[in-house]
Amino acid sequence: MPTVSMTVNGKQVSADVSSNTLLVTFIRENLRLTGTHVGCDTSQCGACVVHVNGNSAKSCTMLAVQAEGAEITTIEGLAKGNDLHPMQKSFQENHGLQCGFCTTGMIMSAVDLVNKSDDLDDTSIREGLEGNICRCTGYQNIVKSIQAAAKEMEA
Amino acid sequence: MYEFDYKRPGTIDEVAGLLNDDTVLLAGGQTLIPTLKQRLAQPETLVDLSAIESLRGVCPDGDQLAIGAMTTHAEVANKATIPALASLAGGIGDAQVRNRGTIGGSIANNDPAADYPAAVVGLNAVVNTNRRTIAADDFFTDLFETALEEGEIITNVTFPKPEAAAYIKFDNPASRYAIVGVMVAKTSAGIRVAVTGAGPCVFRQAEMEAALSASFTPQALENIAVSADGLNSDIHASAEYRANLIKVLAKRAVVQING
Amino acid sequence: MTNETGIGASVRRKEDKRFIIGKGRYLDDITKPGQTYGYFVRSPYAHAKINSIDTSEALNASGVVDILTGPDMEADGIGPIICGWGITSKDGTPHKAPAHPALAVSHVKYVGHQVALVVAETLQEAKDAAELVEIDYEELPHVIEVGDALASDAPQIHDDIPGNLSFDWEIGDRAAAEQAIASAHHVTRMDLRNNRLIPNAMEPRAALGEYDAGTDEITLYTTSQNPHVHRLVLSAFNAVAPEHKLRVIAPDVGGGFGSKIFIYSEETVCAWATKKLNRPIKWTAERSESFLSDAHGRDHETHAEMAFDADGKILGFKVSTKANVGCYLSTFASAVPTYLYGTLLNGQYTMPAIYCEVQAGFTNTAPVDAYRGAGRPEATYVVERMIEVGAREMGIDPGEIRKRNFIPPDAYPYETPVIMAYDSGNYALAMDKAQAAIDYSGFEARKAESAQRGKLRGIGYSAFIEACGIAPSAAVGSLGAGVGLWESAQVRFNPTGSVTVFTGSHSHGQGHETTFAQIVSDQLGVPIDQVEISHGDTGKVPFGMGTYGSRSLAVGGSAIMKAIDKVVEKSKKIAAHTLEASVEDIEHSGGVFSVAGTDKKMTMAEIAFSAYVPHNYPADVEPGMDETAFYDPLNFTFPAGTHIAEVEIDPETGTTEILDWVAVDDFGNVINPMIVEGQVHGGLAQGIGQALLENCVYDKESGQLLTGSYMDYCMPRADDLPTFRVETINTPCTTNPLGVKGCGEAGAISAPAALMNAITNALGKEIDMPATPEKVWRAAQGL
Repeated sequence: MPTVSMTVNGKQVSADVSSNTLLVTFIRENLRLTGTHVGCDTSQCGACVVHVNGNSAKSCTMLAVQAEGAEITTIEGLAKGNDLHPMQKSFQENHGLQCGFCTTGMIMSAVDLVNKSDDLDDTSIREGLEGNICRCTGYQNIVKSIQAAAKEMEA
Repeated sequence: MYEFDYKRPGTIDEVAGLLNDDTVLLAGGQTLIPTLKQRLAQPETLVDLSAIESLRGVCPDGDQLAIGAMTTHAEVANKATIPALASLAGGIGDAQVRNRGTIGGSIANNDPAADYPAAVVGLNAVVNTNRRTIAADDFFTDLFETALEEGEIITNVTFPKPEAAAYIKFDNPASRYAIVGVMVAKTSAGIRVAVTGAGPCVFRQAEMEAALSASFTPQALENIAVSADGLNSDIHASAEYRANLIKVLAKRAVVQING
Repeated sequence: MTNETGIGASVRRKEDKRFIIGKGRYLDDITKPGQTYGYFVRSPYAHAKINSIDTSEALNASGVVDILTGPDMEADGIGPIICGWGITSKDGTPHKAPAHPALAVSHVKYVGHQVALVVAETLQEAKDAAELVEIDYEELPHVIEVGDALASDAPQIHDDIPGNLSFDWEIGDRAAAEQAIASAHHVTRMDLRNNRLIPNAMEPRAALGEYDAGTDEITLYTTSQNPHVHRLVLSAFNAVAPEHKLRVIAPDVGGGFGSKIFIYSEETVCAWATKKLNRPIKWTAERSESFLSDAHGRDHETHAEMAFDADGKILGFKVSTKANVGCYLSTFASAVPTYLYGTLLNGQYTMPAIYCEVQAGFTNTAPVDAYRGAGRPEATYVVERMIEVGAREMGIDPGEIRKRNFIPPDAYPYETPVIMAYDSGNYALAMDKAQAAIDYSGFEARKAESAQRGKLRGIGYSAFIEACGIAPSAAVGSLGAGVGLWESAQVRFNPTGSVTVFTGSHSHGQGHETTFAQIVSDQLGVPIDQVEISHGDTGKVPFGMGTYGSRSLAVGGSAIMKAIDKVVEKSKKIAAHTLEASVEDIEHSGGVFSVAGTDKKMTMAEIAFSAYVPHNYPADVEPGMDETAFYDPLNFTFPAGTHIAEVEIDPETGTTEILDWVAVDDFGNVINPMIVEGQVHGGLAQGIGQALLENCVYDKESGQLLTGSYMDYCMPRADDLPTFRVETINTPCTTNPLGVKGCGEAGAISAPAALMNAITNALGKEIDMPATPEKVWRAAQGL
């Protein structure tokens, strides 16, 4: 079994995993960070989105061994201690979640979207969420949450 | 997923030394990993190309643009100096797919509904491998088939900069792959119209190319009857509908180019 | 008490914190010591006889603990999966339901049918071994569409059910409806298809069984909307364990939309197998398994005839529907196309005569059961498409024809010809507001502007009604329900004044932890952060019927109100004793108990403390402050409203863009407007999904599910949807103490008709759902 080492939420981790272990499985089962979810098996729902070296990625569509040496951030690593990330706060403030299952991946995608874009509007936010499916909210309050957080993150 | 060995060599020569019938190259993995998850493939060894720095990057070189095989769609979308190519790359899959998926992986897979084949053929690019260069028109041979031989590895794709080009895609609403995607380009080799999504493999629409060479206007395409023969038909779109989309999208590409 | 956290305030949700930091506890997040993993071997065929199952090679595979099959379950006396609602056919015979063993015994009836459970130390090992289970199938002819299944030459799916007919049910007055149609000025006739949907809660179904040999207790963690119903059925019918030895826990559940109401094979098998193997067993559906085996929704073929007089007044309505129930009758499958459908065909209108008949047919497809709206979207679709098309045919404005037919606001209670008694409503008010909001009078100008750009613009109405707050037990009992549909609540004060409320409702996105806390805070003056809502565990909550049919607030919330009443009653006695006054003189408001006409008072916290530290206490009052109430609703509630959609179609590609959407809904009183609005958004997305994007397709030739992943089943994404404009009007419900009506399903019920009316308005032609680009293009091109 290969040994894989990476930094997850600022902590160096290392484990022996079989080559066919998905990154999401490594995160959920080995590290017991269960905030990253699995909602589909065809790489579309986005419940598993994490940041790999600062870019959002679907952790169900990566092998753990591909993350060798990478910096991974999961939803558990987004807040600074007890200080929630503006995106997290904004989802609560704007009712951007209902059942919560897609929410963690949605927040991770949204943070990357805002980090990489200027002047996000309703249309570009909606397009930027192409890789995340929510069944509860109709997306309206998710878009609102991201708009509000984007202002906060710029400030 | 079945079990396999995983290797991440640092050079192309090392990669070439590892390739055999039971080996599969891993580029961005955005198609391969879902395939493995569904147990639809059982390679003995996965050879990950990600450690080979020389395979990565968008390099403008005079009137050409060389894109390393391991360059992600996101990098192409951000850095390609051919706007139609950047826009095409920016419309592949979703943001997460674009952060991982690569041009080399996409064209080597030659999914009939992928976007890149339309760019490679439409812009008359050249596919460079560790052994030779392959002209776009010769590269995509059939459904999921390319001219690549065993042990051959794509190193980069060279796009001549077109005078103007536009890619218009009609998404499959579910998968967001192309139901039809049309690249229209004014290139030094003449007008090219490449169609993806509609058939088993990307193809050029010769009749449209001729018509646009005579008059680069949407009206020039008006009287062309696109045949539905041989086009894909599935629960999302019939061949007849795809034939219609080819014409509609080609006209819109021309309108976009003409501003 | 009206304050920032009371009734009517948009309190930010208490439950959100854990979800936004990744600390939600969904089923797959739970791991037990010594846990094994279950993987189901499923049928690759739509219909086949099982000649043999050979597990010998698989049993020897690495890590395999055991492989269990249908005969193993039978041998252990585990009963079949049941349907909980009995329907009586026209001829007086009870509905026919085939025996449904949790694991197939002799036959498989659909692709995805559960045949064996492989239990192994790891999931990978379970999946590896599953490939080694050898099953000898003998393929049999299959049938997919309900119309085909009910035809005389159809393949027979169940030996004991001739013609694949589960029931042939009717409601209303056939003669009166036919008479009205025969003598009408105008009759609109249509064939309508309500497309089959797959619910797709984002958290896939899952189950984790854990057996304690010391106590002989089974704990079943499962993705359930109603854990007590799971426990009841698994005990009483499946005989997995007696109720007192079976604890069912539904932890954080990632959406349900009906699909997690039902008692499925997988959790039944896991609950049984954990004891048999004395190991915890976890099964989590892969999305592909969810597509195959979650109960699907809708799937009706309907012919309808609506009779009008010369003014567009409806005279009669006759509806004949074939409902696809899949291969077995799921838990509430029989109620959905009958009492949740035929009874809503009156819509918001005065209809003198209605007749509806429904034939329910078995097919070789996954079971079909309640999906958000459950019967009511199907009814609304029929009513609202028919009246719209009637208006078109008669040259009457579609808003105007509805207004001519609305039940007037002074006509309540209003008895419909299909056994419902509407308590309240103001339909014209909702429509007026919706028309004003969308600028209905400006539509023609906007249409002309679109036409200049080569686009087709359309506008469509849906004036929907639903029956929620399910349901008065005596009423549903007389209609065939196997259970009562009351709800329970326990309000338990702690000595220091904080409160835990145990509710039999289950929240899987609805925000009960906030809404219910607002009620308690409002009524008893307890700060909202001192109120904890506990749900989803049969080991904690006294009992409950769960969450579906927009019932949680109207029924579960009313149960909390009743428990609060008991708290108040007891508190008055304690206050009277302490304040040396008579109970009759104690007045209560928002948790403050005062002696009338004096400044003597006690707070709820002081009373709770006194109840637990009863040093100075009335002799005839029990110590403690912990009150339980059961509430059985007096009637359904009847949320209603008008939605108007405006679309623009590109005739060259057939693409439909939703330009505007106005929803004006009457939900009665509203506890948390923010949550209500969110529920409307979500319902609309699902309703729009049905009309525009979603369609479950089985291949008729092979019986395979063609839309078995998100590659082919089109889920609405953010860029498919518009920004909704949502308003409410508030005509209080007269039959429950909160005056609430329920809001969870309105969007899904209303949206399909509004959108299809808009699209067909733009096209000038009728098409069925979903309005895919190709279908719209063909209509636009006259192909």
